[in-house]
Amino acid sequence: MNETQQPSAPEPVVDGHVEAGQVHDDHAHVAAHVNKYLMVGGLLLLFTGLTVFLSYVDFGSHKMNMAVGMVVATIKAGLVAMIFMHLNAERQLIYRILVFTAFFVLALFFLTYLHWYDPIAR
Amino acid sequence: MDIPYTTTARPDTGLWNAKIGIWLFLASEVMLFGGLFSAYIFLRLDALPGYWPHGLLNVPVGTMNTAILIGSSVTVVLAWAALKMRQFNRYKIYMGITILCGVIFLVVKLAYEWPDKFHHFGAYIRQDRLEKYEEFLGNHHLLERGLEPRVEITGHLHNEEALHDPNIHHYEVLLDQVNADPTNPESDRPHFWPLPKSEKHAHIDKADVDHAEMFVPKHNTFFATYFTITGLHGLHVLGGVIVFVYFWLPIGANLYKRNPEHLANRVEVAGLFWHFVDLVWIFVFPLFYLL
Repeated sequence: MNETQQPSAPEPVVDGHVEAGQVHDDHAHVAAHVNKYLMVGGLLLLFTGLTVFLSYVDFGSHKMNMAVGMVVATIKAGLVAMIFMHLNAERQLIYRILVFTAFFVLALFFLTYLHWYDPIAR
Repeated sequence: MDIPYTTTARPDTGLWNAKIGIWLFLASEVMLFGGLFSAYIFLRLDALPGYWPHGLLNVPVGTMNTAILIGSSVTVVLAWAALKMRQFNRYKIYMGITILCGVIFLVVKLAYEWPDKFHHFGAYIRQDRLEKYEEFLGNHHLLERGLEPRVEITGHLHNEEALHDPNIHHYEVLLDQVNADPTNPESDRPHFWPLPKSEKHAHIDKADVDHAEMFVPKHNTFFATYFTITGLHGLHVLGGVIVFVYFWLPIGANLYKRNPEHLANRVEVAGLFWHFVDLVWIFVFPLFYLL
């Protein structure tokens, strides 16, 4: 699961002194990921160009352009979160924190939406 | 006092402490920017037709800054990887590039983008006087094409003293291309490359103006949200740069000699913050510059 070395479970080492074997493992793991980081960086630049280009294409309505722009931005954000922030392989606890955050931020946007709610006039 | 669990996992959480700390902090950051983005949605969706401006920001410069920030996100993750592989010199180089990118981003924002706006003038014409300025607004043409009306005349203000002198009764404006040639279909949509200023002048009576200022936060809700969100984002970039410089200085080298894994973890945590700042910009850029 843990692709990038996340110190998992209690390690048989004293705080601050990592055993030689583990450093070696780390080294190989991390080295294997460097190319991936470069590729994702290139992909993000490509998507930036795409966002700019698509914003000048007429998709029929401004709302559609908005939707397309946000889809591309979400893909980019997903790449940053998954690869650069290592969310593709994190510990359970981090995901639990993020589920809470997602719930509350959606609640916040829902409150904004309520501003247009009018039960009498509809 | 020594902070425990800087490199080994705490048995009950399975993580070293700073990792949880930064994610809790980022969770609160999501709420902070979430509040501002919901304000943006609220103000934009409720803007009257013609009152949410398009194409006022410099897209090539914004694109360049986006690329710089993405590049710095790559270099900061490479700096961390170098530490993990115990290649300290590489770490110094990648971290140096990251710091440089952050500084360039801020310089472009503070020395070019913002001041450029502070020297750009806009006058909102009163609803009942729009017809008088039809030659600069082209609303008949826009109505025909089913587009939103224009209610603002923008350009370079010649008599800046008019802003505070009540004895001057008009604004002398060197028009933006959009207002110089408003019925040109080229002006219907924003362009990638900013158009040069026209040669055409307009004489706008203060009595016909609803309100007029330079492009400062109070000018309209677009600039209010633009300066608030990019300002707060800029402060985050500054904060990240300060932390990176701290790790780049000899203090980082000393920690590396004592405990390389600890420095790697510190850089990872600062990097997580930096990626979040990049992530916010990924939404700011299309929402303000493009759409």
